[in-house]
This record gives sequence, C-alpha cells and structure tokens, in this order.
Amino acid sequence: MSKRPNELTIEEAASLLRTRELTVRELWDACAAAAEARNPELNAYLEIFDADDSAIASAQERINAGDAPLLCGIPLAIKDNILIEGHIASAASKMLENYRATYDATVIRKLKEAGALFVGRTNMDEFAMGSSTEHSAYGPTRNPYDTARVPGGSSGGSAAAVAAHLCIAALGTDTGGSIRQPAALTGLVGLKPTYGAVSRSGAIAMGSSLDQIGPLAKTTDDARILYDAIRGIDPLDSTTIPDDLYPVRVATEKLAIGVPRHLLETGVDADVRAAFDATLAELESAGHALVDIELPTSLHALAAYYVLMPAEVSANLARLDGIRYGHAARGKTLLDDYLLSRTEGFGEETRRRILLGTFVLSSGYIDAYYRKADAARGVLRREYEEAFESCDVVAFPTTTSPAFLFGEKSDPISMYLEDIFTVTANLTGMPAVSVPMDTVEREGKILPVGIHFTAPHQAEQSLFVVASAVEKAR
Amino acid sequence: MATTDEVKKLAMLARLTIEDAELEKFTSEFDAILAYVGQLEALDISREVAGEKPALRNVMRADSIPHASGSFTEALAAQFPAREGDALSVKQIITHE
Repeated sequence: MSKRPNELTIEEAASLLRTRELTVRELWDACAAAAEARNPELNAYLEIFDADDSAIASAQERINAGDAPLLCGIPLAIKDNILIEGHIASAASKMLENYRATYDATVIRKLKEAGALFVGRTNMDEFAMGSSTEHSAYGPTRNPYDTARVPGGSSGGSAAAVAAHLCIAALGTDTGGSIRQPAALTGLVGLKPTYGAVSRSGAIAMGSSLDQIGPLAKTTDDARILYDAIRGIDPLDSTTIPDDLYPVRVATEKLAIGVPRHLLETGVDADVRAAFDATLAELESAGHALVDIELPTSLHALAAYYVLMPAEVSANLARLDGIRYGHAARGKTLLDDYLLSRTEGFGEETRRRILLGTFVLSSGYIDAYYRKADAARGVLRREYEEAFESCDVVAFPTTTSPAFLFGEKSDPISMYLEDIFTVTANLTGMPAVSVPMDTVEREGKILPVGIHFTAPHQAEQSLFVVASAVEKAR
Repeated sequence: MATTDEVKKLAMLARLTIEDAELEKFTSEFDAILAYVGQLEALDISREVAGEKPALRNVMRADSIPHASGSFTEALAAQFPAREGDALSVKQIITHE
C-alpha cells in the first residue's frame, strides 16, 4: 500500500476494508493519529472525539458479513453546526460553547446507520458567517497548502481536515458558498445540493431559504457517495423535496456547458482566468460543447444576497436569548439578561449581520431593501432557467483568486466579495459543485483553484458528470 | 448615511449592546454595506416577475403522538441555565407590589 490509510479516498478505503488489507481500527487509528498530530498547527478540529469502540467493532462485523454500505467504517469530520447527540455543537460561537446536542441531525442518523465514524467536530466561521474561518470564536483554521493563508469558509475546518488527511471526507454547510469556496481553496470537491435535497433537521440555522448540508471530499466519486447517503425527503424537515419535484433532466455523457463570459471580464486574477479557460478548452476537446450565455442580473446577486441573508440571520438568531440554553449572562432585569447574553455570546461579524438584518426588515426600509432583493432573486432564477434551455451546466471560476492571507480582507465588503460567484446557486436553490481545476503560485507557494458548475434543480447527476470530466482532464 | 443613533436604536431592537468604542466603526461599515447593496435600487424589475409567488405546498403529518411524554425532558432540561426540577427558572417579571 503506497498511501497511508488516512490518505485514502472513500472508494479506496472501502475496497481495502473489503479485501481485508485494512481493518476499520487501523483506518480509524490512522485518521485519529493524523488529527492529533496536525491539529495544533491547523486548528481544523474544535474537538477530536474519543474512539467509539462499539461503533468500530460493529462496522468491522458488517464489513466481514459482506453487506455493508460503502461508508461503513469510514472516519468523517463534521462541521460544528451539525448536531451529534451527546456532543457539543457550538457553531464556533461562545453563545453555544456549552450546548450539548440532545438529538442527532437527520444526516448524522443516516451516516450512523451506514456505519460511518466521526473523528470530530470542525472549526468554522461563527454561525457559518464568513469566508475564511477568521470569525470563529476559537481562532482561525490554517490552510494546509500554506499555513499563512486561510482555508476559506465558513466550512474551513472541514476543508482543512480533508485536505490534510485528518479524516477521509467531511460534511459542511453552504449558505452562500461555504462548502464550495473552501473546497476550491484547499483542492477538494465540494457540493451544495439542490435546496431541499438534504434534510436540515439538526443543522443550526443561518439563512433558512439558502442553507444546505453537503459533502467536502477528495474526489467527485466520494462526494457522490456521501451525497447519496445523506439525501432524501425527511418528515423532520418540511422543506425537503420528493425526487420528482422538478422536471427530470437526463444527464448525457456529453454536456453543453454555458459560459457567461460577460461576467468574467474584470475582477478575476489573470492566472485563475487562464486556468479556467484552459479547463474549458480541455472539456471541449473531450467532446463537451461550450455555449455563450448571458446572466445580467448576476451582477446584482451578491447585493441581493447581502440583504436576504442578514434578514434571515437576524430572525434565526433571535432564538438565542440566554434563557433556555446556551450562554446565559444575568443582569438586574430580564432585558439586561437578553442584552448581556447576546452581546457577550455573539462575535463581531454575527452582531454586524444581525444589525443589518434588523435594518433591512424595519418598516421604513423593507420595500427598498428586502422586497427589492427578493424580487431580484426571482429575476435571477428565471434568467438561470432560461439559460438552462441552451445548456446543461453553467461554469464559473469558484473564486476570483486562490487562498488569501490572514487579515488580508479585513473590511466586511472585501470579505463578502469572496462569495460573488457562489451565492447565485443559493439564491436560485440550484445545485452547484466546485472541483479542483489547477494550481497557481503565490509567494513561492503552490495553491489550488477550483472551477464551479451550477445545474438545474435536482440535476446533481450533470454536476457529477462534468466534475468527473474535469478530474479526468487534469 | 446611517447615524450612530440609528445604529444604537437597531442594536436595542436586536437586543444587542454596541459599546461606544465600537459604534463609529460599526456605523461606517454599515454605511459601506448599505452603499453596496444600494445598487439594487437601480435594478429594473418588471411587475410580472416581482409579483410572482413561489409554489407553496402544505406539509402535514398524521395527528398522532410522535413520542412518549417525558422522553426528552431530562435531556432538554439539562441544557437550562437554571432549573427547579423539570422547570426552567426565570426572573420574576411581574410583582404584586
């Protein structure tokens, strides 16, 4: 075996477990040892769990019996905003520092049923608000490619854990790009499923019309295995959708790839743009077709997102009041209790977005901001639907540049611009994937960059086809 | 332009305290963000699309007992900052004086 066990993909590990060249215990020990060894440097995990001996033993039994799912015995990392019964789930906030989950998220129940193991809970921007993990209340995660740089965010801990082989794959959440942007900056495949494809029961809510849980993995096949394991309608999340809600689109082997070149003329680093063009050229020579498309409202997508998302944040985070659970400071009056608990519990970015959300929902401004943004969202969705009449997927670079340095984006707007290509998929509810396309060099360090594809609702299969084609072309 | 008083008022509505030292910074950042999202004002949205409502569907479950009474009480009560038995202790907000 040339690779160490923790460096394997899900597919490779599952295969070696079945040929008895590897035991579940050996695989767990390799991931846990790597996590313990590198976490002090990377801060990818907020907590590394003790080995669950009975889960390891029963996974081994199921594999020996010969009818285990592919994820059986596979050590995964879980973002800290997804509930695992009995474990702390803090969303990287002081507000939930002491909150111990009283039930399993539906995705966790499904993974447990499949026999998967959990290495630990991963670092993130507080309540998933950020693109760098610099907003974590527990210090930032470092990018394994260059520890002077961010891993992206908000699922930066999950991304760093997979990229540094501190687990085999991971779950993240994506509200505006929080799976796909860190996947791009750490050389991984990251999938945001169709809105409603995956249950969010047991995920700590940020923007409820935008949030989805999805995989961060070393390969497209691994991302698909994880996605297949967690997806499906759930009575505990009434926003989950049946398989046939949207018209079925058959994914052919040769795809029409829509490219909105008018959106890429400025703002993208020259070498990232060159890598994007080269990747498209390779896809074309592999038999896929390139189609010019126009998505004019995309120019305003980020502005609409930064109205709608804070509005939903301010509503969702209103439940955290210091009364029933979480950080509970006490003053003279009940109002003091609220003010103290929330002011001490929430970090700066969280407070900023709550204020912004309170503003755009206030009576004097709701028409100018919230309703306008909501209407723009409708236009954007229609533009995408029209574009998909002439193509199967839409291509962008995932980000305008590779991983940035800590502190480089210290003003809020420059950080928000990290999401410029990813937010549209959340606004339209369409599935999207980031897959590594190339590397670029910054200050002597080789850094990965990703290509991003969006597909129509429930057409994840088209994303897997095109992402696999990019992997083959590299 | 947002004023520091407006930001203070929003903070109170959101049950947050912004320290005076942070207030200037929050207010100027607030202005920058509002200037950025203000580009939406220039966007021409046809009435046809603006009036479109998403397809709503009701999601029902059977009117039955989902779990045995009390099966989650201890786990939930263990999260309370203060408790008396299975009850959550809170400040008295109405007095008879």
